[in-house]
Amino acid sequence: MADIALSSPGTITAPRRHFAIPAGLRCATPVIIFLLLGFVAPLVTVAAYAFATPRSFAVFRSFTLENFVTIFNPANSVWLSFAWSIFFASLTVLLLALVAYPIAYGLVRVFGKWSGLISVLFVFPLFVSENVRLYGWVLFFIKNGVLDGTLKLAGLVGGPDILFTPGIILFGMVYVYLPFMLFPMTLGLAMVPRDLVDAASDLGAGRMMIWREIELPLAMPGILIGMLLTFVLAAGAVAEAKVLGGQAIIMITHDIEIAFTYSQNWPLGSALAVLLMIIVSGLSLFVMSKLDLDRILGKR
Amino acid sequence: MEKIGAKRTRLFIGLWTAFVVIVIYLPIICGALAGLSKGRYFAFPVRTFSFEWWQRTIGSFEIHTLVTNSLLIAFIVTIVSVVIAFFGALAFARYQWKGRRLYQKLLLLPIFFPQPVLGLALLLWFNALGITPSWQTAAIAHLVWIVPVVTLVIAIQVYSFDPVLEEAAADLGASRTFILREITLPILWPGIWSGALFAFLLSWGNFPLSLYTAGADSTVPKWLYSKMVAGYTPMVPALGTMSTLAAASLLLLGGLVVMLRRRRTA
Repeated sequence: MADIALSSPGTITAPRRHFAIPAGLRCATPVIIFLLLGFVAPLVTVAAYAFATPRSFAVFRSFTLENFVTIFNPANSVWLSFAWSIFFASLTVLLLALVAYPIAYGLVRVFGKWSGLISVLFVFPLFVSENVRLYGWVLFFIKNGVLDGTLKLAGLVGGPDILFTPGIILFGMVYVYLPFMLFPMTLGLAMVPRDLVDAASDLGAGRMMIWREIELPLAMPGILIGMLLTFVLAAGAVAEAKVLGGQAIIMITHDIEIAFTYSQNWPLGSALAVLLMIIVSGLSLFVMSKLDLDRILGKR
Repeated sequence: MEKIGAKRTRLFIGLWTAFVVIVIYLPIICGALAGLSKGRYFAFPVRTFSFEWWQRTIGSFEIHTLVTNSLLIAFIVTIVSVVIAFFGALAFARYQWKGRRLYQKLLLLPIFFPQPVLGLALLLWFNALGITPSWQTAAIAHLVWIVPVVTLVIAIQVYSFDPVLEEAAADLGASRTFILREITLPILWPGIWSGALFAFLLSWGNFPLSLYTAGADSTVPKWLYSKMVAGYTPMVPALGTMSTLAAASLLLLGGLVVMLRRRRTA
């Protein structure tokens, strides 16, 4: 503690104390300590396991790159689950951008006093665990389920067999992660000053031009956060493939889980987790270094 | 021309939003139907409705344990996260200090992290520490994700808070605790309240973290998942629906409190 106090003399903000820690750091201390113990330390443990002897629990006592060699060996199909996860995450981000943009625009510009209520409708599913909601889709699409039954009632052949296919996994991911795209996007669009749009319109700019030159660039920070958030969450998604997909595709997190549970190969699972973490954290830190959080969350 | 185009856009946005809302709630309705139909296997259209599976769910001892676990975790998570996040939010938005930008970004990292992987990492960490996973460790796991979320929720309120008020009170001779009690807390109250609601509800519905860190103990979402994978009974959609309804009532109640309080102060 003494080091911190000496390296950042906060005597201006708190004149009463001699070697006072700045008030901000003092307030941040509980969060920082908690996240060091609860977030950083576990990740360090995983990283340490990634370099341990395969199929052992000799963490911090052995050092080998064997686990990474196993992953990058094309004879193993692990890279395939990586590819599926990244591919599906990218598709999810693209589809969600298209699905969420009109809604976000509506929340900011069109719905007026109804926006609050409509936002609550979109927030609420976050509080219902994803497996319950995904299971609802199983009941919808399953044989003799809601879709099948309704179509038969209407005298048609019955519902299509789309459960347990890759397509339904993608659908499940788009469905689950919608709020994570919608709300950052709404924050972003709320940053676009109305006057600017009106001024451009008065000066004769077309709607396409206003969108391309004003709305999109000014809303970009929010849209970027939404895309980053959904990509990261979707890259680690596993429930969609398990509940809806019937394991038609093995996602990367599923492979990690298998290594940790059935095959009891913690070092291999850790090495996979480390690779996923590098992708995810690298992308997050890169995008976040380009953003000013004060502007996005505060000033409106 | 411009007018008609704008009108058409508004209509499209309204219709699209309505469609997406329906799609969002469709599976929840399907679950409710399955929990309320009589047979062991779900078939649509539902032949006979009954509360049989609801009654069995309510009467089950196993489910009482689950609900107790989930509630206990959610209460602990709410109290701890609101206290830590209150100060965390002041550091995030109120004070200017050297490491603030870095702190803001690091705080977001647990949110920008796949939860199943976080759960597995915590499992390894608890194991390295020699802690047997139980509902207590699950509560810690929830906190790792929920503290940053609540900090953000409260921080948004802090941004709209003018520090001059605190300084004025200090100049007039008010003590630190007096300022906190009479000025800071009442102004930040709506943010703290919604932060607490978020904490409770997110913990209540959390599945991926509980799955890996609760050990032999189970929570409502974890139990539902284990039954979905193997051993389906209509108690699964019945309990799912009950859990959803409980969350909805809490959200309504929370919103009502905010409205009543705002009316009183207005």
